[in-house]
Amino acid sequence: MADVTLNGVSKSFGEETALDNVTMTVPDGSFVVLLGPTGAGKTTTLRMVSGLDKPDTGTVMIEGRDMAGLTPAQRDVAMVFQQYSLYPHLTVRQNLEFPLKSPILKTPQAEIDRKVGEVAEVLQISHKLDNKSTALSGGEMQRVSIGRALVRNPSVYLMDEPLSSLDAKLRSDLRIELKSIQANSGATLLYVTHDQIEAMTMATHVGVLDNGKLVQFGTPREIYENPVSVYAASRLGQPRINVLPADVFGGAPDGAASIGLRPEHIVQGEGEESMVTRVEHLGDQTRLHLAFKNHDLITVTDAHTTLNEGDVVKIRPNNPYYFDANGARVA
Amino acid sequence: MAQIRIEHVRKEFGAFTAVQSSTFTIEDGEFFMLLGPSGCGKTTTLRMMAGLELPTSGEIYIDGEEVGQKPASQRDIAFVFQMFALYPHMNVGKNISYPLLSQGMPKAQVKKKVGEIAEILGITDILSKPVGGLSGGDRQRVALGRAIVRDPKAFFMDEPLGALDAEFREHMSDELRALHDRMNATTVYVTHDQLEAMQMGDKIVVMNHGVVEQFGVPQDIYDWPATKFVAQFIGSPPMNFLDFNGMVGTGSTEIRLNDVAVTVPEAREGTNGGIIFGIRPEHVRLDDSAPYRGRVIATEYLGTTQIVTLETANGAVKARLSSADRVNVGDQTGLHFDARTITLFNAETGKALKSAANMEVLSNG
Repeated sequence: MADVTLNGVSKSFGEETALDNVTMTVPDGSFVVLLGPTGAGKTTTLRMVSGLDKPDTGTVMIEGRDMAGLTPAQRDVAMVFQQYSLYPHLTVRQNLEFPLKSPILKTPQAEIDRKVGEVAEVLQISHKLDNKSTALSGGEMQRVSIGRALVRNPSVYLMDEPLSSLDAKLRSDLRIELKSIQANSGATLLYVTHDQIEAMTMATHVGVLDNGKLVQFGTPREIYENPVSVYAASRLGQPRINVLPADVFGGAPDGAASIGLRPEHIVQGEGEESMVTRVEHLGDQTRLHLAFKNHDLITVTDAHTTLNEGDVVKIRPNNPYYFDANGARVA
Repeated sequence: MAQIRIEHVRKEFGAFTAVQSSTFTIEDGEFFMLLGPSGCGKTTTLRMMAGLELPTSGEIYIDGEEVGQKPASQRDIAFVFQMFALYPHMNVGKNISYPLLSQGMPKAQVKKKVGEIAEILGITDILSKPVGGLSGGDRQRVALGRAIVRDPKAFFMDEPLGALDAEFREHMSDELRALHDRMNATTVYVTHDQLEAMQMGDKIVVMNHGVVEQFGVPQDIYDWPATKFVAQFIGSPPMNFLDFNGMVGTGSTEIRLNDVAVTVPEAREGTNGGIIFGIRPEHVRLDDSAPYRGRVIATEYLGTTQIVTLETANGAVKARLSSADRVNVGDQTGLHFDARTITLFNAETGKALKSAANMEVLSNG
């Protein structure tokens, strides 16, 4: 296993700047998730590391070795894509064996059998090993494609939204599986997603990308509890952080242009009056939509609240964030 | 606007029965969700209400009138599809006015009406633009405008937000719901997304394999599911299920889970044999002194809360706890279950056993 370092990596496609001076270290044995909306540069970063694309400037190092000029095959990385592409004419076993049967590797058959058996066990597909790959469900196919990456035991795994085409139940099962595979094997994993739940639940570190720039890098808890900007704060948290003009509650620090309130930063029952505009019972909690001095706010409350539309609730901020006019955190 | 009543509606496609026998009522002005996995019969049910499919048997009443065998054109309803098709050669205003002009409404009146609708949807400034260059949201608004402009008795929507990305979907679902609240039009909405159903719906019908599993207000369905399927389909993570063999007699308030006594709501019906103990993740607490034991196998950070997965003698259990609680993989601990919230299911039929707690909700359908 290995660490990955990007140093001042930039990449443009024509006029479009895809990556802008990205410097980042993926520590050995970590699970790093790159998070951002479409076009933020997540996939481009992954392609730089894999060797599918070359940086215009900057360097990519894996295990301290400069990767410039090396092909994807020479980099000893394994990729898993959103669209699982299995060999349709082969069985699950043959699909899993395929990377090991490469003439360069010359892996003995006994070794291949052992590895395939192990990986199939971990991914719970042992009973399907002799099925045609086309006779599998979507979730099983994605497991096989993850399995095909695992058998190779590469220095780094690169995954591009591998779970996003699966249904909710399977996604949540595979989240736990992937995380425990990574934790138990000590593999280094660089993972791209726009799903904040995946980022929060699996990552040891999250890199937040905004228009090709890496704006924050830290543990999910650091990013959730101590965001550097409005943008970073908006990436994590459901419902999303409320952003209002800094002075609506009074007491804003100098230079603050806006106040950021996560739903749990709004204390109910004290402070100034707001009106309930909508109540959404989600089961485990209830979302309250509030109107406060011509602004809309969302907060959460007890699942069995008796509040109704039109009711008045007093609110006050508790440990809010303040941001300047550019969105950078000031307090 | 109208009440819609479905009675014993059944639909067969050859040998395949898409809808077994559905009965429920949608009240005037309700935002009503048809929820279920793909293939459960929800879209077929909607299409029968709209007149796009005719039921094999059963009755459909719109505003008191039986319309089961009438074609869509005689039902005065509007349908919004997932793939909203606009006329590409017409501008926004023409797209919206088209249904009125083809009905023969005078031009001046059409203009006034389109103006009103555009105002409601916030698209007044794009009325003269071609639809080609519009954003996904604006296209969706135009499609809605075309549906609304006729003042139909009811709106039928088949996963209208399904093709949008998560961020935008949330925005549009707020907008749709707000639009409904302004117009108070009876709306029937098909989705497979339980959160969307909980969030937007006044009432929900949960379907599976062509059968209505439960029908009611979202919180009731979440708290007191009628079947194991509903308990699993609604909630994220879903309800925990612990399998055990035993006996529950009418009036009993305790069960034995792996030889540990656990208090449950007073039973109103009895069963003997395979039973499933159901509890929601937020009603499980970790308490070292509790006699029912488990081992932590995973923790998932979610901001204010975390989901902790434990292995127990009766299966895996997920608990929703505050992120401030320190929990580590490998910890051995006791699990405390909030007795007021427990549902027991008959393992064979999957039906919830009636108890003092769920009696009222289950008797409503």
